Amino acid sequence: MDWQAIGLSLQLAAWTAALLLPLAIALGRFLARGRFPGRRLIEAVVALPLVLPPTVLGFYLLTLFGDQSAVGRSLTALFGKPLVFSFSGLVVASLIANLPFAVQPIQRAFETIGRDLREAAYTSGLGKWETFRRIELPLAWPGLVTALVLVVAHTIGEFGVVLMVGGNIPGETRTAAIALYDRVQALDDAAAGAMAAFLLTASFLAIAATFTLAGRERGRRD
Amino acid sequence: MTEIGLAVRVGQAAPIPLAADFACPSAALTALVGPSGGGKSTVLRAIAGLIAPMSGRITSGSRVWYDTATRLDLAPQARRVGFVFQDYALFPHLTAAENVAIAMGHVPEGDRAAKTEALLELVHLTGLEGRRPAALSGGQKQRVALARALARDPEVLLLDEPFSAVDQVTRRRLQQELAALRRRLAMPILLVTHDLEEAALLADRLVVLHRGRTLQSGAPFEVLRRPVSVQVARLMDQRNVFTATILGHDGAARLTRVDWGGLVLEAPHRPEFAIGAKIAFLVPTADVILHVKDRPSRGERENPVSGAVADVLRLGEFGRVVIRPDHAADPPLVMTLPNHAIERNALAPGQRVSVSLLAASLHLMPREEEPQG
Repeated sequence: MDWQAIGLSLQLAAWTAALLLPLAIALGRFLARGRFPGRRLIEAVVALPLVLPPTVLGFYLLTLFGDQSAVGRSLTALFGKPLVFSFSGLVVASLIANLPFAVQPIQRAFETIGRDLREAAYTSGLGKWETFRRIELPLAWPGLVTALVLVVAHTIGEFGVVLMVGGNIPGETRTAAIALYDRVQALDDAAAGAMAAFLLTASFLAIAATFTLAGRERGRRD
Repeated sequence: MTEIGLAVRVGQAAPIPLAADFACPSAALTALVGPSGGGKSTVLRAIAGLIAPMSGRITSGSRVWYDTATRLDLAPQARRVGFVFQDYALFPHLTAAENVAIAMGHVPEGDRAAKTEALLELVHLTGLEGRRPAALSGGQKQRVALARALARDPEVLLLDEPFSAVDQVTRRRLQQELAALRRRLAMPILLVTHDLEEAALLADRLVVLHRGRTLQSGAPFEVLRRPVSVQVARLMDQRNVFTATILGHDGAARLTRVDWGGLVLEAPHRPEFAIGAKIAFLVPTADVILHVKDRPSRGERENPVSGAVADVLRLGEFGRVVIRPDHAADPPLVMTLPNHAIERNALAPGQRVSVSLLAASLHLMPREEEPQG
């Protein structure tokens, strides 16, 4: 079992979730509330990683992060080293690849909160921030949990984008999914089997946890 | 708090046209009535600060909440209104007690528990403090919503169709509770309803709103019996509205005579109507008096009308008798009377009857809708 790869995957998942969830809350709530021109376009862009082949996304990020592009050069300056084939690059790629998994459940959750609840909060004397903290966020909680689980599971399992942007550098970019592929290529069936079993178990536990939490939350409401 | 209470003047052309102007005195319950979609809820939302109408001024006592002339627009949080929403809008993740306590931002933290308890007791919810809204009945939810509205110590209490989402038996009970509770409340209460019976039962004043426009305001009796226009009479569900011509005024007898399809009727003196003018008149269904066959009475000379019964409808304790007058069969004349009176007189379709229209109740109105300013 390649514990280093598993550790790296978990680290990548933690960074992605920590950086993406606040952004997804802001964007999801904005999209749930807003009726403005261009909203559908933003939704389409957010959903794009769902349907795009991961290698296509990876290819564009590779091109973008590379020193050939102005964006790549400024990112290199910002991070102090090139983003391609680095852990930082993986985090940025992971944030983009996970956008729909984080934003969509959160947006759906905020959409279920009626205008009258916010107005009831305002007329009860609660300010906008208080209303968000004490009313909207607790009510959107199931969506947040779903987003968290999906992002973690998807990050651990992501293959195409990681391979394109990060390559296969042990301790830097070789995540669990890459390590599995690596073991298969090396005809090391025992190690590959162990990695596969780990990823399967982790995915199943993630989904089971989401369903349980969502079910319990629903039970509390009804 | 001054006697003025709440004063509202709001106007806008879109999205929902508004031209409302009315006041709600302190310690009085004012009912905003009118057909659905007439802008009643919009007016309420403007008072609460949830929408900003194009023009207007809203004051509570001596405080100005909204004034387009000075660009003043207090946030809902700064207006101290208690708002009971139509579907209650309780916070589903909070218990009944938490739903009430959340509106007590202005109360010192140490006092909130006691105040919550007192409010829940006031609305008869003791024992249900720990329940979430999903575990409460419609009537209980409505009570939590009322307690939450009162928890703000509001200057104004706004009730948006508060009884529309419960069954009829619960509605009657909640109405009685509100009638009892309001005697203990000193603030103006504004009740939005499309139920005229409810408005007449609970309100000290009616404000008739139609297409965003206040058509008339006054005591329920006044608005129901003396509508300013045929339109208000129709909105108040008055049935006996007929057209007639002014014949003459008798200042000494304080009478105005009108010609109703050839029949001369006496009405209270209204010299402002010119002789020969076409007018409309209203006679409340309860003020059409049946002549009892074997017992002629002195009142039979008062605006007598004879005709044939066209229909008899029994509704609970009272019945409605539709009469086709001989001189002008259409529209029919409707009278309400207790069911026992219908039975004793064996009123049935086809039967000949004669009735009196009480002269004092005959209300003359302009035939066309009066232009409103």
